[in-house]
Amino acid sequence: MALAFGAVYLRDLRLALRRRVEALLPVVFFVVAVSLFPLGVGPEPQTLRQIAAGVVWVSALLASMLSVTSLYAGDHADGSLEQMMLSGHSGFEIAAAKAAAHWTITGAPLVLIAPLIGLLLDISAPALWTLLGSLLLGTPILSLLGGLGAALTLGLRSAGVLLILLILPLAIPALIFGAGAVGAVDAGQSASGHFSLLGALAILTALSAPLATSFALHIALE
Amino acid sequence: MSQSIRWFTFAAPSRFYALTAALNPWLWALAIGLAIAGLSIGFLVAPTDATQGDSYRIIFIHVPAAWMSMVLYLAMASWAALGWMFNARMASMLARALAPTGALFTFLALWTGSFWGKPTWGTWWVWDARLTSELILLFLYLGFIALQSAIDDVVRGDKAGAVLAIVGAVNVPIIYFSVKWWNTLHQGATISMTAAPKMAQTMLLAMLLMTLAFWAYAFAIVFTRAQALALERERDAEWVRVLRAKA
Repeated sequence: MALAFGAVYLRDLRLALRRRVEALLPVVFFVVAVSLFPLGVGPEPQTLRQIAAGVVWVSALLASMLSVTSLYAGDHADGSLEQMMLSGHSGFEIAAAKAAAHWTITGAPLVLIAPLIGLLLDISAPALWTLLGSLLLGTPILSLLGGLGAALTLGLRSAGVLLILLILPLAIPALIFGAGAVGAVDAGQSASGHFSLLGALAILTALSAPLATSFALHIALE
Repeated sequence: MSQSIRWFTFAAPSRFYALTAALNPWLWALAIGLAIAGLSIGFLVAPTDATQGDSYRIIFIHVPAAWMSMVLYLAMASWAALGWMFNARMASMLARALAPTGALFTFLALWTGSFWGKPTWGTWWVWDARLTSELILLFLYLGFIALQSAIDDVVRGDKAGAVLAIVGAVNVPIIYFSVKWWNTLHQGATISMTAAPKMAQTMLLAMLLMTLAFWAYAFAIVFTRAQALALERERDAEWVRVLRAKA
């Protein structure tokens, strides 16, 4: 059982390694998007500190959604997705492996680069650690939901924009608790409540999103 | 006559068409009659509110529209799920027909809420829990409509829409409670099933009449749209040919 998960996961990592610049594009987008905010809002450190968590989270959300469009598109175009679904391994497993690969390629780099972004926006040290923790818990949710969106919009002309319209409303709870955790720490409270809810959300999404994704893939390939 | 109930009788598009064609004039009449009664009681008979003056009267459209927006989403998700599970064509068509009406009621609730907010709160919009979740509900409706219209293959569109609607229906309470956690400054719910209503009897009557009018309107318009979908999809079927010959 675990074999198919590992095979799909490693295959996607290997493919990403062969196109390194393409794999890094979401991170570049993330950094560029965040650095637009001071230009739009103004450079006052007080304002930036206040909006920092929200800006980082919204940018991470958009970077995930923009990059997830291609998660199944390549495999769909060359027919390997159909072979995977026909292979007898559960669609749940394949969808979960795909989402895990997307998180490793895009989500994890976003988490790693977040401290740098934090410096740009003048976040305090405790808030920065909270932001890292909330991104670490929250970005897997974005990859899982994004996988569902990619499966639903597989092969459609306007897949990219459509995916954002479909998935962003579903990602709102993760955004609220993720950015809210930093806000709580800034206000001198404990972020544990936010973290618990974010963790619960991550578990719920990990159990349900691959199932829905697998249904969506079967429907798209019928 | 020990015949069991035939649940799927009207799942056949031809029988559905005949049934709704017979029902629709009555539904339209009901919708118009109830709306005239509800609006005239609401605007002419109901007393002026002590604190909000006459501006509260938008409640007779606002609250029923908000109720409808939520009920119709659940109805849409259920029909889409039924259509997907049982391969029932008519159920999928009903789900597709419900979406624009649901989106319309959601928009109406937001729009009238905005009109109500200006005189009472002094602003067109506040980011509080109920307004925000209603806005997100509108996004969910728009996503459903956009996904189904982006997929050319009708069967795939129906099924993909069903997956999205079910995921959305599961997420609606999560979204609602997270948004509520995020912020709340709305006035408390005016109607609840447990507490005694704090409204005057005439106000309540007008609101209930308007709710029924909206229900009748929703049934009528959704049936009409479903009829059009059925005619379009079954254009080569015998019953459509017979209809066309009669017309």
